Amino acid sequence: MNKGIVRFWAVLLIALGLGIAFYKIYYLGLPATPQQSTEVWTVQARLVFEGEGKPAKAALHVPDVTPGFLKLDEDFISSHFGLAIDKTDGNRRAEWSVRRAKGDQTLYYRVILARSDMDQTWTSVPRYPKKPEYQEPFASAIKATLDDVRSESADIGSYTRELLIQLNSAQPNENVQLIRGQVGTDNAAWVREIVEILKGVRIPGRILWGLNITDASNRATLEPLLQVHNGKQWLTFHPVTAAQGLPKNFLAWRVGDVPLYELEGGKNAKLEFSVTKTYEEMIDIARKGAKQMNSFFADFSLLSLPVQNQNVYRLLLMVPLGALIIVFLRTFVGLKTFGTFMPVLISLAFRETQLYWGMFLFVAIVSLGLILRFYLERLMLLLVPRLASILVIVVILMLLISLVSTKFGYERVLSITLFPMVILAMTIERMSITWEENGAQEAIMQGLGSLAVACLGYLVMTNENLMYLMFVFPELLFVVLALCLLMGRYTGYRLSELRRFRAIVAEDK
Amino acid sequence: MGLLKWPRWWVMPRKLREKGILGMNKRNADYIMRYNPRRLYPLVDNKLITKQLALKNGIAVPALYGVIEIQHQIRDLEKMLKDRQQFVIKPAHGSGGNGILVVSGRFNKGYQKAGGELINIDAIEHHVSNILSGMYSLGGLPDMAIIEYCVQFDPFFEHIIYRGVPDIRIIVFRGVPVSAMIRLPTRESDGKANLHQGAMGIGIDIASGVSCSGVHHNRIEDKHPDTGYAVTSIEIPHWQQILHTAVKCADTVGLGYLGVDIVMDRELGPLMLELNARPGLNIQLANQLGLLKKLQQVEAIGELPKSVDERIAFAVKLEK
Repeated sequence: MNKGIVRFWAVLLIALGLGIAFYKIYYLGLPATPQQSTEVWTVQARLVFEGEGKPAKAALHVPDVTPGFLKLDEDFISSHFGLAIDKTDGNRRAEWSVRRAKGDQTLYYRVILARSDMDQTWTSVPRYPKKPEYQEPFASAIKATLDDVRSESADIGSYTRELLIQLNSAQPNENVQLIRGQVGTDNAAWVREIVEILKGVRIPGRILWGLNITDASNRATLEPLLQVHNGKQWLTFHPVTAAQGLPKNFLAWRVGDVPLYELEGGKNAKLEFSVTKTYEEMIDIARKGAKQMNSFFADFSLLSLPVQNQNVYRLLLMVPLGALIIVFLRTFVGLKTFGTFMPVLISLAFRETQLYWGMFLFVAIVSLGLILRFYLERLMLLLVPRLASILVIVVILMLLISLVSTKFGYERVLSITLFPMVILAMTIERMSITWEENGAQEAIMQGLGSLAVACLGYLVMTNENLMYLMFVFPELLFVVLALCLLMGRYTGYRLSELRRFRAIVAEDK
Repeated sequence: MGLLKWPRWWVMPRKLREKGILGMNKRNADYIMRYNPRRLYPLVDNKLITKQLALKNGIAVPALYGVIEIQHQIRDLEKMLKDRQQFVIKPAHGSGGNGILVVSGRFNKGYQKAGGELINIDAIEHHVSNILSGMYSLGGLPDMAIIEYCVQFDPFFEHIIYRGVPDIRIIVFRGVPVSAMIRLPTRESDGKANLHQGAMGIGIDIASGVSCSGVHHNRIEDKHPDTGYAVTSIEIPHWQQILHTAVKCADTVGLGYLGVDIVMDRELGPLMLELNARPGLNIQLANQLGLLKKLQQVEAIGELPKSVDERIAFAVKLEK
C-alpha cells in the first residue's frame, strides 16, 4: 500500500515537472538544448532634422503588431528630447519633444527582432465603408470589374484575390486598362486605388506599410501591402502579385495612410531605415520573448537573477543530480563509498580542478594523508584533535602540491583552494578506520569506489546539456525528487547481490 | 582460482528469487522499516541498555565489569580491571563488531589480545578514549566503553576454531526463530566473529541444532580455513536453551526483525552477547537458503502463539 502512495506522488511530481518544462518549451519557446542560435535583426530608423531654435516636436510611427517577428528589445535614443508613446488604432506613435532645438538633431528608434511563431495579429475591427460615388467613365469600369469578380468568388478573401488577379492581368480588358491608366507605377497609389475600388462592394481595406528585412542594408524603405478585413481578421495581399499572407521577411511597421513621421519646429527632415543581421543565443531570445509575454514562469525564471547568483544556482541545481546517482548506485548497484554524499562534494571540487588533476589530487592527498594518519595512530591522540591534525596535514599537503606544481608550471593546481579539505580529512579518517577494522582491501575498494562515483558525478554534473536543462527548467527537480521516491521503494536485488549470493545458486548443480 | 570454482560471476535475479534470497533493499524496506519501530532501536543499539534489560528479564549475559563514560574515568581503568586476566572492552554503540578489544591474558605489564598480540595499558587506554570520542559509534556521537566478562568458550568448539569466541546468530522474526548460523573466528578475522572481517559462517538447522554448510568470504566451504576441521554435521549443545534465549530476547525488546548473538560459555552456558536491529544477510549464505520463504510463512500467520515454547515448536514445524 505504501508503494501505491509513493507511485502516486512520483507520477504527480513527474507530471508536474515535465508539464511545466513542456509548457516552457512549446509555449514560451525556450529551447531544450543549449547553444542554439538564431538570426536576429536590428532595425533602426533614424530621423534627422534641423532645429529652428524654437520648441520642436517630432513624431514617428514605430512597429506595434509585428506578425512573424518578436520584438526582443526596443530603444528610443534621443539626447535631450522628452519621449511619449501612444497607441492608436493598430499603430504606435513615438513623440519626441524638446523646448528648444537648434541645429542638426538626430533621433533613433531601434528594435531588435527575432523570428517567432507566436500568434499576434491586428485586433481592430473597421467599420464598413460607404459606397463611394465614382466619376464616369471610371464608375462603370469599376462596376463592371467588380461584377466580373463577384461571380467567381466565395468569400472576401478569394474575392480580393480574384480582383487583384484581374486588375493585374497581363492581358487586361478595357475596363482594367482604364482603371490602371488612372494610377502610375507607384505601388502605394495602386493599393489606395484598390482600397477605393473595394469600397464599391463595401469591403473594408487599408494599406499596410512594412520593411523587407532579408539582408543587412542601409537603404531600406517601407513598402505597401493591401489588407482587407473579412469580418474576423485582417487579410494581407500583395497588390501586384495577389499573393496572400504576410511575406516571410516583411516587418509590419504601420497601417493606414497616417504619415510616417511628422515634424513641428524643424525643417529638412529625413528618415532612414537600416537593417543589420546578427546571431543570438536562443535562450536569450526566449527569455526576452517570455518577458514580453508577461508569463508567470518567465518571471520566476532563474534567468531573472543577477548573473553572479545565476552561477551559484547553476552549480546548486546539479547537486540533486549527483545525489540521484548516489541513490542509484547504492540501491541498484550496491556500491560502497565513504560517506553517503562525500563523492558528490568531491565531484564539485573536480569542477574547479578538472577531472584528471582532481583525481590525481584526491589520490595524492588521501594516500599521503593515510600514511601520516597511521603514524598519528601511534601517538594515541584523542579523536577530535586527531581529526584536526589530519585537517591541518591536508591543508599542508595541498599547499605543498600547489607550490611544487607551480614551480613546474602547472597553474591549474592553484584552483585547489576550493578542494573540500574537511571532506578529505574525514575521508582519510574513515578510510584508516576501515583499513584497520576491515582490512586494506576493503578500505582501498571503498576508496576507489568513492573516486569512481566522484568521477561519474563529475561527468554528469558538468554535462553542458544537463546543466542547461536544470538551470532553464528547474522544475525538473520535481522529476529528480520523484525518481528518488521511486528508488526509495525499490525492494529488488542489488547488482552486487547477484554476485554476493551466487554461491547459493551455484550449489544446485 | 575463484574463477575456476565458480565460473559465473553473476547470477540472474530470477535465480535468487527462486531461492527466496532476501536482498538488502527488501530487508530494509519490507522488514526492518515495517517491523522494527525506530523508538526501540536504542534498546539494542546501546549494549549497556540491552544488558540491563536482559538481566531484568532473566536472560543470561556476560557479567559487567565496569563502564567508562567520560575521558576522565580512563585514569581509573587499571583499577577497574583489577587483576582480571581476561576481559572484553567494547563500545556501547558499536556496530559490525568494530571497536571490540578482547584481552585473553596478561603477562607482567602486558595484555595479550585475542589475536595473540601483546599490548600495554596505554594502548588499551587509547582504545577506550577512541571509543568515548565516538570513533566506533554510529554517526560519530560520543560513546561509552563497556568492560565485561570474556566468555570462556565451550571446549566443544575447541578443536574447530583457531582462536577467539565463536558466536551463534539467530534471526528472530515476529518472535519466531527463522534462521541460525554459527560464526567461527579465523586467523584472518583476528579472533572476531564477523563474517565481513573474515570469520566463517556455518548454517544451523533450527529444528535439530545441527550444522549444515559453511561459508567463508562468500565461498562455500566445509572445512575451517585454519584448522581444516569439518564444520558440517556438528550438533550444537544446549540448542533448545539457545532458541529459548533468542525468542525471549525478541520478546524483551519488542523488535519484529531481530538478530540475536549468543555465545557458549564453558560454565555459564548460552549467554546473550548482543542484539541487532539490522541483522546482515550472510546468514543466507551460511545456510545455503534464502530467508524470504520463511519470513513470508511467518508473515502469513495473523496471530502467533504467545508462549515461547509454542513459537519454537512453530519454528521447528516450519523447518520441516
